[in-house]
Amino acid sequence: MNEKIRELLAKHGGLSVNVADLNDGADLYAAGLSSFASVQLMLALEEHFDIEFPDSLLNRKSFQSIEAIERSVNTILEERKVA
Amino acid sequence: MNIPVKSAVGSLVDRAQRVAAVARTHADAVDRKGAFPEAAVNAMRAERLLSIQVPAELGGEGATTAEIAELCSIIGQACASSGMIFAMHHIKLSSLVEHGMQSEWHRGFMRRVVAEQLLLGSATTEAGIGGNLRNSICAIEVEGDRCRLSKEATVISYGVQSDAILITSRAHKDAASTDQVMTVFLKDQYTLEKTHDWDTLGMRGTCSEGFLFRGEAPAEQIFPQPFAEIAAQSMLANSHILWSAVWYGIAVDAVSRAQAFVRAAARKTPGSVPPGALRLAEVSNLLQTMKSNVVAAIKAYEEARRDEEKLSSVAFAVAMNNVKIASSETILTIINHAMLICGIMGYKNNTPFSLGRHLRDAHSAQLMISNDRILGNTSNMLLIHKQDTSLLG
Repeated sequence: MNEKIRELLAKHGGLSVNVADLNDGADLYAAGLSSFASVQLMLALEEHFDIEFPDSLLNRKSFQSIEAIERSVNTILEERKVA
Repeated sequence: MNIPVKSAVGSLVDRAQRVAAVARTHADAVDRKGAFPEAAVNAMRAERLLSIQVPAELGGEGATTAEIAELCSIIGQACASSGMIFAMHHIKLSSLVEHGMQSEWHRGFMRRVVAEQLLLGSATTEAGIGGNLRNSICAIEVEGDRCRLSKEATVISYGVQSDAILITSRAHKDAASTDQVMTVFLKDQYTLEKTHDWDTLGMRGTCSEGFLFRGEAPAEQIFPQPFAEIAAQSMLANSHILWSAVWYGIAVDAVSRAQAFVRAAARKTPGSVPPGALRLAEVSNLLQTMKSNVVAAIKAYEEARRDEEKLSSVAFAVAMNNVKIASSETILTIINHAMLICGIMGYKNNTPFSLGRHLRDAHSAQLMISNDRILGNTSNMLLIHKQDTSLLG
């Protein structure tokens, strides 16, 4: 999943740095992730993982880092398993 | 520290009404000359209204957004430029109150705002960023415990009259354009070299000239949080609410003039309903919608500010954007209606029913942060935001 998130981030994030140079905890906003790009990235994640971000995860923190995105996606996938 | 309140007697509303009385006397001259409303701002100082938002523990009065919005409307009814200056000052102060309480320097600065009734200015726009204040080109340089910044600020409202300026920049020279910080510079820590005049259709007294800003100060004056958080958590809501409160003030004054016009006509022709009466009923409806919208936004903000998650949520940002769009558009319809009611007496200057200044001032509303930009931003968020279908939620 980490790989895929990195791939989508590279494609949609519009970052000013190379995604490969970012560690999982690096602040994506500091790396240039704009609010427009974060929405595009979210849409790409929804499409790829066939998920839908609930309102509770629609905030800055969910997209703060690669780690945070991974956590958000996992939360959604796990909740689906339970349901 | 306990600052004795000298001339500031009575409730906040009483104090604001005394400021409004001064502002009203000078409103036409301020507008005609494009002059800074010095008398009104001095009255704000005398009534100690510039520090009401500062928490009591730092010597202020801990006024709420709702209370400040009411004062913006009261002053805006008398002179839109004065109301807008008061609003912009408090938008800057809200960043200090919400994000500066953990920093010793910023706490000390708030005490100074109280003691000296300092007027705070803002420098968020920059040549080359196309009006998107969440981007900066200039970068702050930190060297040891000093910081230095040079910025081509295309607009700094009342820049010359400000006692301190809160200015945005990139966080360091290698930072991305969205990785911003905000810094407080005191008047004796910067120079302003004027680059753009302010000769505009309306809001002429805000004197929002352009400058080349050059400042140097202790690095502790940089806000500890990233500007992105400040923008999302205090600036967005406070800007849209307090601006809307000023616009409501302009609108309600226009409607009052229209109502006075219709009433005068009704007195002259007892037994018959004057021609403007139906329009007055229509405009009263519009005004109520605008008022409800602003009040709902204040309520939403007061609920969200207790919950950081909610405050930085997409739903809240969409709601605040919608408030700004609605009030900035409705105000023009309202004033146009008032003009239809007052006819030539509204169109002419220097009558008790004149609406030219209101109309010109109101035209700024759609442009201060362009509605097109805000709509673009909202439409992006609506791609992911799930609509709350409840009536009260």
